[in-house]
Amino acid sequence: MKVSITVNGTTREDDVEPRTLLVQYVRETLGLTGTNIGCDTSSCGACSLHLNGESVKSCTVLAVQADGGSVTTIEGLAQNGEMHPMQKAFMENHGLQCGYCTPGMVMASIGLLNENPNPTEDEVRLGLEGNLCRCTGYHNIVKSVLACANATK
Amino acid sequence: MGGSILGNRVLRKEDPKFLTTGGVYVDDMLDEPLLRGAVHVTYVRSSVAHGLINSIDVSDALSMPGVIAAFTGEDLGLEQIPSPYNPMATRTLLATGKVRYVGEPVAVIVSETREQGEDAAEAVIVDYDVLDALVDLEEAMASTNLIYDACGSNVVFDSMVLGLPDNTGDAYFADCEVVVKGRYINQRVAPCPLEVRGAAAAWGTDGRLVEWLSTQHAQGAVAPIAAANGIDPSQVHVKTPDVGGGFGAKIGAYPEELLLGVIAKRVGKPVRWRETRSESMVGLGHGRAQLQYVTIGGTRQGKVTHYQLWAIQDSGAWVDMGTILAPFMTRPMSSGVYAIPNIECRTTSVVTNTTPTVAYRGAGRPEATAAIERAMDMFAAELGMDAAEVRRMNLIPKFLEPHTTVVGQTYDVGDYETSLDKALEAADYKGWRAKQQAARASGAAVQIGIGISVYVEITGGVGNGESAKVEIQDNGHALVYTGTSPHGQGHATSWAMLTSEQTGIPVEDIELVWGDTDLVPIGTGTMGSRSLQQGGNAVFAVSGELVNKAKAVAARLLEASEADIVLDKDTAAFHVAGTPAVSKTWADLALAEKQAGGLAHSDVIGVAGATFPFGAHVAIVEVDTETGKVRHIAHTACDDAGKVLNPMLLEGQIHGGVAQGAAQALMEEVRYDLDGNPITSNLADYAFISAAELPSVTVVHMETPTPVNLIGAKGIGESGTIGATPALQSAVIDAVAHFGVRHIDMPTTAEKVWAAIQSTR
Repeated sequence: MKVSITVNGTTREDDVEPRTLLVQYVRETLGLTGTNIGCDTSSCGACSLHLNGESVKSCTVLAVQADGGSVTTIEGLAQNGEMHPMQKAFMENHGLQCGYCTPGMVMASIGLLNENPNPTEDEVRLGLEGNLCRCTGYHNIVKSVLACANATK
Repeated sequence: MGGSILGNRVLRKEDPKFLTTGGVYVDDMLDEPLLRGAVHVTYVRSSVAHGLINSIDVSDALSMPGVIAAFTGEDLGLEQIPSPYNPMATRTLLATGKVRYVGEPVAVIVSETREQGEDAAEAVIVDYDVLDALVDLEEAMASTNLIYDACGSNVVFDSMVLGLPDNTGDAYFADCEVVVKGRYINQRVAPCPLEVRGAAAAWGTDGRLVEWLSTQHAQGAVAPIAAANGIDPSQVHVKTPDVGGGFGAKIGAYPEELLLGVIAKRVGKPVRWRETRSESMVGLGHGRAQLQYVTIGGTRQGKVTHYQLWAIQDSGAWVDMGTILAPFMTRPMSSGVYAIPNIECRTTSVVTNTTPTVAYRGAGRPEATAAIERAMDMFAAELGMDAAEVRRMNLIPKFLEPHTTVVGQTYDVGDYETSLDKALEAADYKGWRAKQQAARASGAAVQIGIGISVYVEITGGVGNGESAKVEIQDNGHALVYTGTSPHGQGHATSWAMLTSEQTGIPVEDIELVWGDTDLVPIGTGTMGSRSLQQGGNAVFAVSGELVNKAKAVAARLLEASEADIVLDKDTAAFHVAGTPAVSKTWADLALAEKQAGGLAHSDVIGVAGATFPFGAHVAIVEVDTETGKVRHIAHTACDDAGKVLNPMLLEGQIHGGVAQGAAQALMEEVRYDLDGNPITSNLADYAFISAAELPSVTVVHMETPTPVNLIGAKGIGESGTIGATPALQSAVIDAVAHFGVRHIDMPTTAEKVWAAIQSTR
């Protein structure tokens, strides 16, 4: 099936199989490998990206469902070489270690602040429940998100 | 002078890449020329836990779309390979004759796409004669139903074969006024790195095999890959892309990885393999899985005089590294932080029809600490004494010279009481005890529990040192080569800090090379919390030697005596003492040495031994006594890892370890049904801990440097799982202790806590 999807600001026309997942389309068709796959049950959130401005797990969306829509991946966040405030907050607060959950975690965190710009620690923890990390114990991820919320007030 | 960079919170130089384009993990290598045209490998896995293979029929699979080839172990002529830990146990890399756990690879499909391979794998028909599965450790230990016939028993390793004595039973405690017994299950857990296993292999035009591996130890994979492919190790080149976590489970190379070269040769194409998470949950090694029989005895005043531990280790279905963790990690640390004059510790390792066990963050030490800490709590409860005070009475006093425990393990330095005091104070132990009293008096449904653990562990026990090379490039920047293998620990930043400290070259101008066996042939990898104290130590020493070499070159260029040359670290330039106006930069020196092969130094730097970090953790939980539900509401960790290089990275390691400790204490467990079918084989069923189940962690710093290495560093990577796990378990039990509950096995799920309360009514 033909799809037209705007990815990181560039509109792409591609032929995809109907069963192609959005994460497969992004990784395999577009070669944007920043978005990772960490499970097969939609549990880990490593594949989180933004579809039409909302954070979604791209393993639970078909590429054809994104037809006509707009997708932002981790590769599309920085503008003119300047990192997004959330990327900066993760760097400054050591919010990542092995980096595998990081793209999804950053995208989900931005989505969280879009919905709740001024969250409490508990709200951040609950909001990121669907994004798993095995390295950081989440401590510095939560700190990063709260720091970003404060910095962008 | 700018002062030392060591000990500072230097942000990670590797982060911008991870944050903007993501790392390049093995499955992301789309541009690798050698992998152009690569086909996909999918393993067919055993669906039964224990059975004889009558036949494997791949004919239907071969006729499916995109399928290029299908092989069984017999097709590939695989030979029996003995376990390094018990040579009577042998297996083929694809099961032949017999399967021993659900998930064991029995055949392989090669296909154009990964999806075609998955479909074809399901079409392979394996006919089994199903045997009784052994899941329960004690049943397996006693059974004549043997998993490896040649072993003559399902006991595949026992500390007694090392010449160590058996435990003597209850007679050992004849002189004790108080004796308490326990049977503790240190349950099986799944390491769950976010990146599952993956690898790729290609034969180069030079006839060498190149393999990309998501591993913690590339150099260690060379020999087994060479053996599996029937070639000399010099013909194997292992490369490590970014690695999305390992936690011990990616130390050794697995059958699925070892066979890729063989498969690539058979099909004449490069191959890629990446498991799914569901495969990973049964294929990647598991951790812990120890059953402990514990007896502790002493005086009514609270002095422990006797301790006896029988640690029964579940090896799973292969005699892998998990087998030897009990005798070589748990047993030496059985005394913990306590001066106990009489200790007996026997370990027995048993095969079962479950996924093989391997090292998992802590690897044998969390089990040792859990046993003694739980025993201390039960001893204190029996005496009606405060758990902190009983511990204090029995701690080994501060020592700055080596101390040897009664089990024969020598610790480098220790100051356990100070770490306990610091943790209790930072956690407001007294305040929480008062709140607990108030909650108990009120009879509220939600009760408070306070758990303490004091621990010592062994780090840097693997390897006697590490290789390092520092090479100055034409532009004066440095390349640092290390035998360690970072996968989240931040070596690119830490090792750059160490080289910068010696050379004055800024951290941003220093790049790290690792995990490539052609570029770094000698390396022991990253495991056992060894990297900084061995690998970092080597980088520091070699960088220092390089400065000495550079001074000789500078002396020649400046026509001065070498003894008069100084390095100004602020400008990273060499000059004659007293005349800084005329200087030579690292780039000048590199240029001067270009004809002579460049300016570099490499060496293997030894260390005097392992180190023994210690600390104390205090966990606070709330338990709803009506439902059994536990909330982890506060956690304080005082971990002494010696001299700290980068406190930000140290804290990150503690946070992560605490979370995995909490995960084991509260939530996570790999489970099987009675037939050996895994029932937690994906992330929907396995209780992987999330942000919502954890509090932020209060980290208390303490530094007692070790004399064992130049930089005074001990390991920190595993302290969190070692210290946090018993503190959390203890806190949960403490919350319901007033009902008369003395013990609840991990994970302390709502169901178990509720049942424990009910059992007292």
